[in-house]
Amino acid sequence: MSTASYPTTWRRPPQIVTDRRWRIALQVGILVYLVLAIGSVEVNWARVADGLERGQRFVAGFLQPDFTSRWNEISRGLVESLTMTLTSTVVGILVSIPIGIGAARNMAPRAVYLFCRGIIAVSRALQEIIIAIFLVAMFGFGPFAGFLTLSFATIGFLAKLLADDIEEIDEAQAEAIRSTGASWWQALNYAVQPQVMPRLIGLSLYRLDINFRESAVIGIVGAGGIGATLNTAMDRYEYDSAGAILLIIIGIVMVAEYSSSHLRKYLQ
Amino acid sequence: MTEITHHSQVWTYRTPKKRLLIWAGWLALVALFVWCWQVMTKDTIWIFVQDAPRQAADIGSRMMPPRWSYLPELMVPLWDTLNIATLGTIGGVILAVPVAFMAARNTSPSVTFLRPIALFIIVASRSINSLIWALLLVAIIGPGILAGIIAIALRSIGFVGKLLYEAIEETDRAQIEAIEATGASRAQVLSYGIVPQVMPAFWGISVFRWDINIRESAILGLVGAGGLGLKLQASLNVLAWPQVTMILLLILATVVLSEWVSARVRHAII
Repeated sequence: MSTASYPTTWRRPPQIVTDRRWRIALQVGILVYLVLAIGSVEVNWARVADGLERGQRFVAGFLQPDFTSRWNEISRGLVESLTMTLTSTVVGILVSIPIGIGAARNMAPRAVYLFCRGIIAVSRALQEIIIAIFLVAMFGFGPFAGFLTLSFATIGFLAKLLADDIEEIDEAQAEAIRSTGASWWQALNYAVQPQVMPRLIGLSLYRLDINFRESAVIGIVGAGGIGATLNTAMDRYEYDSAGAILLIIIGIVMVAEYSSSHLRKYLQ
Repeated sequence: MTEITHHSQVWTYRTPKKRLLIWAGWLALVALFVWCWQVMTKDTIWIFVQDAPRQAADIGSRMMPPRWSYLPELMVPLWDTLNIATLGTIGGVILAVPVAFMAARNTSPSVTFLRPIALFIIVASRSINSLIWALLLVAIIGPGILAGIIAIALRSIGFVGKLLYEAIEETDRAQIEAIEATGASRAQVLSYGIVPQVMPAFWGISVFRWDINIRESAILGLVGAGGLGLKLQASLNVLAWPQVTMILLLILATVVLSEWVSARVRHAII
């Protein structure tokens, strides 16, 4: 009976709402929403027309970026962003490894598991920008607040993925190590660590990449880095400098993405 | 039985040279970290850092309790935020579909010429955060939710485009060949062979991006692009902490709700 495994009749592709009347009601609802939503967009056409000229200047600035006249500020912002990215990624990873182990159901008792998952949930729910606003209020302006923000955001990302990885390890290998009478630390070192290490390195490199992108943004709320420089350039209507900064950001992100994916392939 | 006469006959996981290299790598990383740390904290005022726990306690005490009476005032910005996210997602998806078809190796009209352009559009859109897009657009077309919508749309192109073109490249060749065998034209192959296969992925990606966009549009107002962020900025400027708490609670509730909706929808599709 090999034919039984193939469907012989055509079936409608799965639908979210199966009832025809409900589907029509839903479609009408979406249409009404769209009309209302588009209606609530107030466009000041005079302002847009004014802005088009600025837009042209921005595009011109993008095509002829000015790296030289504000180079001191750009390089300072860049150094801040890059150092902030590296330190926060390293510290974030160091902090998230114990949290990630604690948040894996097969390695931690229930109380520790819930506590660590709680930390992860808080870190993931709050956006980087919002954390940055608070940390700038607490620690003052500058890259230190940005460093803390990115470290905190790294915890939610890395600890969650690490915990999920540890939960998915091959139990047979862990069982084999445990059956030799290994302690918890020995099981961690010989059963879990070799299985998750390549993934951990890959994720760390990926997070380095994300942290650089974020470091370009949190400067807008005062947490240092290239974002602050970009914000100033925009405030001064220096579109040629702003274009230069954006090109640098795109360039670094591309280099980081390319090299990190290359490195990940090599390591795994 | 031969005696082990030389240490190299004992099995080791790595050769000594490799171990040395790994140690050198770690040492270099630590050195780089220390150096970066020193450069970064050069201008840090440590008195502020020491003072931070007291500041945190102070802000915390000011933030409690949230000002519930401020909630009705937040309804219009909330509506704006939802509109920015939804209309921005729609715009982004509309722009991303042709880019994705150009970027996918099997549907691109010209692999040598158009594909690199499409890939560049995707990378450029992804590497610039929506807050930066909004910063540029507010400067160009003025503050308001239109700038927010366009910022979200431009940012979504990269995300939707990348995931969609990967889905197109992973389509089943057999189904496409079956349609080609009937003598279908290029457009017919596209609409009967490829589009039905990527449709579930397309809706899944769009809803997922909508969910992300809700989070992002909530803060776009910080640079003047309308929505809840505008109220957040205003409350922060006058140090009205109970109002800040209220706004953050509302953002959190919206984000949780949108995550639930998107999870439900994706579950229904895939």
